[in-house]
Amino acid sequence: MGSAREGRDANDTFAKLLRSHAAERGQRPAFRHKDFGIWQTWTWAEVFEQTRAIAQGLLSLGLDRGDTIAVAGANRPRLYWSMTAAQMIGAVPVPVYADSVADEIAAVLGHSEAAVIVAQDQEQVDKILSVRDRLPRLRHLLFDEPRGLTDYDDPSLHALEAIMAKGRSALSDARVAAELDRRIDEGVGADPSVILYTSGTTGRSKGVVLSGERSIAAARDTVAYDKLTDRDEALAYLPLAWVGDHYLNYAQGFVAGFCIACPESADTAATDLREIGPTYHFAPPRVFEALLTRLQIRMEDAGAFKRWLYRRFMAVAKRWGEKIANGERIPWSARLAYGLGDLLIYAPLKNALGFSRIRVAYTAGEAIGADLFAFYRSIGLNLKQLYGQTEAFLFVTAQTDQAVRSDAVGPPAPGVDLRIAPDGEVQFKSPGMFVGYFHEPDKTREAITDDGYVKTGDAGFFEPDGQLKIVDRAKDVGRLSNGQMFAPKYIENKLKFFADIREAVAIGDGRDFVTAMINIELASVGNWAERNNVSYASYQELAANPQVYAMIEKHVDAVNRSLSEEPVMAGAQIRRFLILPKELDADDGELTRTQKVRRGFIADRYAPLVEGLYNGASEASIAAEITFEDGRKGKLVGTSRIVDMAPFPRAKEACAA
Amino acid sequence: MSGDILLSVENVSLSFGGVRAIADVSFDIRKGEVRAIIGPNGAGKTSMLNVVNGFYRPQKGEITYRGRTRARMKPHEAAEQGIARTFQNVALFKGMTTLDNIMTGRSLRMKRSIFWQALRHGPALDEEIEHRRVCEEIIDFLQIEHIRKTPVGALPYGLQKRVELGRALAMEPELLLLDEPMAGMNLEEKEDMSRFIVEANRLRGATIALIEHDMGVVMDLSDRVVVLEYGRKIADGVPDVVKSDQKVIDAYLGAGH
Repeated sequence: MGSAREGRDANDTFAKLLRSHAAERGQRPAFRHKDFGIWQTWTWAEVFEQTRAIAQGLLSLGLDRGDTIAVAGANRPRLYWSMTAAQMIGAVPVPVYADSVADEIAAVLGHSEAAVIVAQDQEQVDKILSVRDRLPRLRHLLFDEPRGLTDYDDPSLHALEAIMAKGRSALSDARVAAELDRRIDEGVGADPSVILYTSGTTGRSKGVVLSGERSIAAARDTVAYDKLTDRDEALAYLPLAWVGDHYLNYAQGFVAGFCIACPESADTAATDLREIGPTYHFAPPRVFEALLTRLQIRMEDAGAFKRWLYRRFMAVAKRWGEKIANGERIPWSARLAYGLGDLLIYAPLKNALGFSRIRVAYTAGEAIGADLFAFYRSIGLNLKQLYGQTEAFLFVTAQTDQAVRSDAVGPPAPGVDLRIAPDGEVQFKSPGMFVGYFHEPDKTREAITDDGYVKTGDAGFFEPDGQLKIVDRAKDVGRLSNGQMFAPKYIENKLKFFADIREAVAIGDGRDFVTAMINIELASVGNWAERNNVSYASYQELAANPQVYAMIEKHVDAVNRSLSEEPVMAGAQIRRFLILPKELDADDGELTRTQKVRRGFIADRYAPLVEGLYNGASEASIAAEITFEDGRKGKLVGTSRIVDMAPFPRAKEACAA
Repeated sequence: MSGDILLSVENVSLSFGGVRAIADVSFDIRKGEVRAIIGPNGAGKTSMLNVVNGFYRPQKGEITYRGRTRARMKPHEAAEQGIARTFQNVALFKGMTTLDNIMTGRSLRMKRSIFWQALRHGPALDEEIEHRRVCEEIIDFLQIEHIRKTPVGALPYGLQKRVELGRALAMEPELLLLDEPMAGMNLEEKEDMSRFIVEANRLRGATIALIEHDMGVVMDLSDRVVVLEYGRKIADGVPDVVKSDQKVIDAYLGAGH
C-alpha cells in the first residue's frame, strides 16, 4: 500500500491524493465522527483502506468507469469515502440533498442516470424505494445505518458494511489489490470528478460537471491563499450536495490534508462545533445571525453585572475591534481596554460559540448585515466574505485578511479572471471552472460566452478599491412603471437585517410602486412576545398581532429612510406591506434547498395577497396548500392586514441631479 | 411472537376505602408481546399497573410473574425482577441532564461499592464506562443526542417522555409498563414514539404492557388488548375482535338504549 510512484504521482484525482496522504501522513487524523457520544477518529491510512474496500465492493456490484453513483444523507465519513471510492474506480459521484423530498431525489437520480445510490439511513432508503419504479437504471441501494431496515427484503438493497466486507476480502488477494491500484493510476485529471446539482434558485436544477484536475487546481490556489495545512481542522456540517461542502471540506481537506470532523447529528452541530474547535470555518450569514440572536437573548437573561460588563466591553470592541483586526494603529489605552475585554468577554464568548481556534472563517451566499459582520470581526474572528458559484467550483472572489468589509465581496480569487459585461453582468474564467452541464450541451453553451467566460447571472460592479459588489440577480433587476430602477434583493436584504424579519419578498417590477411581503422571525419576535406578556398559539397568530405589525412598520420605515438617502434607490421605497400568515418553506417550494426565496413562485402562489397590495384593500386573504414533513398535504387559510407607508422625501436629490 | 406466559393476574380486587378501583380482574401477558390495557377514564388501568409493579397491594387475588406467585412485592423488588415503567405524568429528575437521568436506570446494575464509585477509579471506572456505553446506545436509539447534556426540566414534554422511556430501557427490563406514553403528543411525536415502542419490543426483546387512549395506536401496536370499565374486565383478545365487541363500543361511546 502507498508505494511511491515516481513520475505518475501527479495527484490530479482525489483517489491519487488520498493515496499519497496515506503514504505521507498516514498517521495524521483525516476524519472524525461523533458516535455514541465519543469522537471516533480515522487516520489517512485508515481512510485509504476503508475507501479501497468500498471501491472494491462497488466493482463487485458490477459498477464500472463512467457510471454515476448517487450519495444521499448527512455528513458521514462513509458517505464521503463512498464518493472517493466512486472516483477511485472511475465512476462519478453525485451527492444529493438529504432533505430533498422523494420527487426531487427521483429527478436528480433520473437525470444523472445513477446506477447505485449510497443512502445514509432508512429515511433516505424509504424515499428512494417510493420512487423506485421511475428509476429503471438504478441497480443497487446501499445503506450506511441499518437501523429499521432489518425487515426490508428488497434484493437490490445491501448494507454498505456488507459490501465493504466483500471488498476487503477480495482485496486480500494481491492481484485484486494491484488491479485496484492500476485503476487509480488509470484515472486522469480530465475525467469528470463529481456532478453537483445546482440548488435551482432560477428554475430546474442542472448537473454541474467538475473535473478532478480543475477541482484540485482551484483548491490548491485557495489553500495557499489562506495558508491551510494538515494541522487545520474543519467541521463538515453543510449539505453534502452543496458546492460549499464539496469545496471547503472535501476538496480543500484532500488537498491540504486537514481533518474533517462530522457532527453526531444535524441537531448537535452547535455542541460539536464547540468540542472540535475548528480552525477553518464556513457558515452562511443566516447561521451567524441566528447565533447572534441567541446570544443576545441569553445576554438579556443574564445578571445585571454581566449585562453591564457585556455592554461596556462590546462598546470597546465596536469602537476598536475592527481597527485592530485590519492592523491599524490605535492608542495604547484602547489596546489595553480591548485586551481586558478579550480576557473577560470576547474570548469566553468565542469559546461558547466554538470559535476559539478559528484562523479563517468565510461567509457567503447572501448579503450580510454591516452590524452583524462588524460584531464578529470586532470580537476578533477573522471573518471574510467570498463570492462563488457551483460553476466556478466556488471561489470567484474572496477578501484578503487585511481588506474586509461587509458591503462588498472582495477582489478576484487567485487565478480568477473577472469582468463586468456591458449590461452589468459579472463574468469569469477560473481554475476550477466547470466542464459543462451534465447531458445539457445547449444549456452549457448558454452559460458560457463565445470567448470562454462563464456568465454568473449576477449584476454587480467594482468598487474603487477593487472589491466586487453584487446588487442582485441580473434578470431580477427590474423597473417600476415610471422607469425607476428596482432591485428586489437589495430591498429585501435591508429588511432582513432586522432581527425581527426572517424573510421578505419585494414586488415592484412593472408596477406603480414597491410593496413587500414579510415573514417575521419566530425566535426574536417570540422572545419579545414572552417578555411583553403577549400570548400566541401559532406563527399565524403572532404574525397577525397588531403590536407585531407596529414593530415591523417601524422597521419598514427605517428601510425607507435609508433608501431615500440613496439617489438611485430613493424612488423604490416600500409603499405598502403585509406580514405573511405562513412561514416560507422549502418543502412548499417557496425557498430553495439553500433557503433562498423563489420570488416568481411566491408571487403566483400568493397572488390574492399581491393583488390586495395593489388594489388599495386594507386586508387580503389566502388559501394555500401546505406540505407537512411527512409529505401529506394540508390547507392553510389566512388573512393579512395591509399597511400603508408614507415615503420619505428624496434626500440628496439636488446633489444627485 | 406469543410465547410462554410471563405474568398472570388472577382475580385481583383493589379498593381504596369504599371505592372499588379493580374488581375481580384476571388476564395474562405472554413473553414478547405488546399487551394494551384500555378503557375509559377511571376504569382502573393505572391502578392495575401499580398492582403489577407492587406499588399497590391488592386485597384479593394473585399475581404470578416468571412462574412465581407472590403475595406482595415492593416496587424496588419488582425493578430487581426486571419490571420497568414510565408514568402518566413524567417522573424524571428535573434538574439532572438527560444522560444522568438515563444513567439512574442503570443504578440497580451497578455492583461496585459507593467508596469506589466516589473515587471513580479502578473497577468502578470500568463499570461506569460500560454503563455509559449502554446509555449511549439508548440515546442513539431514541435519537436524543442533541439533548444529552440538557437538564430535562428545560425540555419540551414530548422529549421528556422519550427520556423517561430511555431510563426504563436502561434497566434492560423483561417487562416494560408504559402508562400513556403518547398522552399530549402531536402526530409526529406519536409516530416517533410508536416506532420506539415497536423497536424496543422487537429488537430489544422487551415484553410491553401499554396503557393508551389513542385507539389507532393501540390497534396498530398491540398483539392483544384487555378492556377495563369501572374496574371490571369487559373484553380481552386480539385488536380486531375487541374493536368490534359491542360492550367495548358501548363503554366508549355510551350504550344505545
